[in-house]
Amino acid sequence: MKSYLRIVLGALMLGGVLTSAVWAETRQINLYSYRQPFLIQPLLEAFTAQSGIKVNVVFARKGMLERIKAEGANSPADAVLTVDIGRLSDMVDAGVLAPVKSKVLEANIPAAYRHPQGLWFGLTTRARILFVSKDRVKPGEVASYENLADPKLKGRVCIRSGKHLYNISLLASIILHKGEAAAESWLRGLKANLARKPQGNDRAQAKAVYEGVCDVGIANTYYMGKMQTNDKKPEQKAWAEAVRVVFPNQAGRGTHVNISGAAVLKGSKRKADAIRLIEYLSSAPAQKIYAEQNFEYPVKAGVKLHPLVKSWGDFTPDSANLSQISAHRAEAARLIDKTGFDH
Amino acid sequence: MAVQIETGRPRPAAGVARRFRPDIWTWAAFGVAAFTTAPILAVVVLALGSGVDVWRHLADTVLPHYVQQTLILMLGTGLGTFIIGTGTAWLTATCRFPGRRLFEWALLLPMAVPAYIIAYVYTDLLEYAGPVQSALRELMGWASARDYRFPEIRSPGGAIAMMTLVLYPYVYLLARSAFLDQAGSILEAGRVLGRGPWRNFISVALPLARPAIVVGVSLVCMEVLNDFGTVDFFAVQTFTAGIYDVWLNMNNPAGAAQLATALMVFVLLLLAAERLGRRHKRFDTKVRRLAGASTQDLPPVQAALAIAACGLPVLLGFAVPALVLGRYALRFGGGLSAGDLLSHSLNSLLLSGLAAVLAAALGLLMAYGVRLNGGRAVRGAARLASIGYAVPGAVLAVGVLLPLARFDNALDGLLRQSFGVSSGLLLSGTLFAVLYGFLARFMALSYGAAESGLARITPNMEGAARTLGANRWQVLKRVHVPLLRGSLLTGILLVFVDGMKELPMTMLLRPFNFETLATFVHQYASDELLEECSLAALAIVGAGILPVIALSRTISSRRGEAGP
Repeated sequence: MKSYLRIVLGALMLGGVLTSAVWAETRQINLYSYRQPFLIQPLLEAFTAQSGIKVNVVFARKGMLERIKAEGANSPADAVLTVDIGRLSDMVDAGVLAPVKSKVLEANIPAAYRHPQGLWFGLTTRARILFVSKDRVKPGEVASYENLADPKLKGRVCIRSGKHLYNISLLASIILHKGEAAAESWLRGLKANLARKPQGNDRAQAKAVYEGVCDVGIANTYYMGKMQTNDKKPEQKAWAEAVRVVFPNQAGRGTHVNISGAAVLKGSKRKADAIRLIEYLSSAPAQKIYAEQNFEYPVKAGVKLHPLVKSWGDFTPDSANLSQISAHRAEAARLIDKTGFDH
Repeated sequence: MAVQIETGRPRPAAGVARRFRPDIWTWAAFGVAAFTTAPILAVVVLALGSGVDVWRHLADTVLPHYVQQTLILMLGTGLGTFIIGTGTAWLTATCRFPGRRLFEWALLLPMAVPAYIIAYVYTDLLEYAGPVQSALRELMGWASARDYRFPEIRSPGGAIAMMTLVLYPYVYLLARSAFLDQAGSILEAGRVLGRGPWRNFISVALPLARPAIVVGVSLVCMEVLNDFGTVDFFAVQTFTAGIYDVWLNMNNPAGAAQLATALMVFVLLLLAAERLGRRHKRFDTKVRRLAGASTQDLPPVQAALAIAACGLPVLLGFAVPALVLGRYALRFGGGLSAGDLLSHSLNSLLLSGLAAVLAAALGLLMAYGVRLNGGRAVRGAARLASIGYAVPGAVLAVGVLLPLARFDNALDGLLRQSFGVSSGLLLSGTLFAVLYGFLARFMALSYGAAESGLARITPNMEGAARTLGANRWQVLKRVHVPLLRGSLLTGILLVFVDGMKELPMTMLLRPFNFETLATFVHQYASDELLEECSLAALAIVGAGILPVIALSRTISSRRGEAGP
């Protein structure tokens, strides 16, 4: 019995030594990702090929910030990859991010899409747009978020849950621009116009327009590209075919945009390598992969858009500071409750 | 009323003192309870933290709606699973009809299908663009959605139907093992006294199986309470949806923890109420299966009805989703390499298998300690330890990582201070953390199975063994474990199959680069892209099938055993 125990212990120690030797040999960084692995894997592989730094990933969403906070200074994670300004702001508030100063990042990323102290960096943008029916909506008939609350659209609008990240951010931007009272009456107007209870993802809204359930859907830009190129489910091409892309509020403050971004964690012991990853993600080749893979808009100027993305047309984004928009998220969530939007 | 239900104060097991005198078994039970309760307590501690008060806002706005929707879902699914679960369990346990042997295990198959997957599959089939409505339109000449009304699948009713289809096996499994355990002579007595099979079922078998059925239905209710994937997909606003909203959209973890705590209190009250209802009743049978319940041949018409009653749940809950997934896999390809499929599957099997065996052992230890001691304190601790099943997964996952990280950091600090070395995070972000999460979540399953099994063993049995000089350990090993084999296997099976589907714990607590079938499927399914990962989804179902069949055979083979 005793010798058996000794063998097991010995094997464990040997294993430990061996793995640590392997660890020491290859340079690597650890990434906490809110983005699905299948979206980011090609980029990470390209980074490893270029830099020789291996990237280990944990993909999780709910509770990720709590994990970072609880692990504290001992956390093995070096960087975090996420979508939505809201999550980045929460991490800033929680004090888990490290300020980064990098000439490369400052050159590649416009000031509007990075934190003033370098706590986070936007990597791509996406716009919250309208999918309007080609057959049942005349060009120019619906041109702004405000139009969605117009009684003319009664029973003609579809949207996903008001509680979804993307809709919370949109509503927060309206609160920032117009104030809470105006945002509430807009929300009530929109609710009165809904063809059905909020449901599905953004793609499902295009489908609903195609099916004739409604005439206007609200969605993020990249869903259009994903439907237009879906060879596995070609019926989705028909959904995309049924709608016209409208960038709202072009005559005014511009279309609401959000970002995907990255940040270095305060507890990281390999900050230089983590910064190197983010710098790579902001570089032209990576921005091109990013933009092409998920049909998002690169933040770096001069990177060519995917032809499909280009075909949707140019637009003026809402220039309001994203952090300021994000500050109104809790109010937005409460408004959704107050109006019973999702019921 | 029912035969063999004695009334009177429940007696403690023979040879056990009535007053609280903790022995090693009691301490073991307390130990297990403390281990699995730590994450739950962490959630409660989190709830005590400061945060903006959410109750006022919620009470003024959505709380009544959340509560109403949650209750509808819970009652609907509870009732549905009770009817299908006990009905099919009774048919397969006591009646003979063609296909019974097949149904014995086939009825368990829907359990291997995750609720969010069946929800996705049926939405695809039943919504406007799906084959069912398309065919109807073709047939009736309707042109658009405005020409006819079709029940909306994304609704509370739809959610109840989906959850009932995949959750009824919990009730079936426990009820069936209870029916099989019932001494044949009791039912014979009922029969001799002129009761037909139906009245025998209602007035004898059902009341006797109550502890097992209650465990099954309460597991279902807890599963309904903790579900997020299905209700989110079906746009049903439940209490759990509210918890996530307060936590993530209002950035108020303390408020969310308060809501989760309220949910736990609700479940504890519900369970306590049920216990109150069967206070002074005992369910052990003195006559121990001298002969198992004898089976009855059904006449042709009834046999056909029995086949339909057993076949329909299997068809709808298993065959249809498996076929649809299979069709996706053929049409769209697997979406992952054979190597990845193998490694994800191995990870899933390893985690679920380990968790199942560990949970069964710890559950039995706790149940035995409770039985021996019988005190209120240890009973309460055990009940608290199994409440994790009702808590929304991601909330409990945070409850797991908080004490683990606290321990890791404290140990690290201590080592740095005294030896100048750092241990880093010893347990956080390792497989141990995931396993711990599984135990915290699934203790209700294994404890429930062990407890309901022990309840059916008369204390006289261990009295006899003790008189003959056996110590408690020997009693457990030589009397209880053999008698409990069915219940323990049931517990193992439940944890295993649930573990294969488990998502929030694995997601949040896992090490780097660690993927199970469920986490792999989630990255696509969360964006309604199930067709991209159909092969892995099918593998979750497939990997669950073999153990389901094997264990169910073992359970039913007990029928042939001679009674002790």
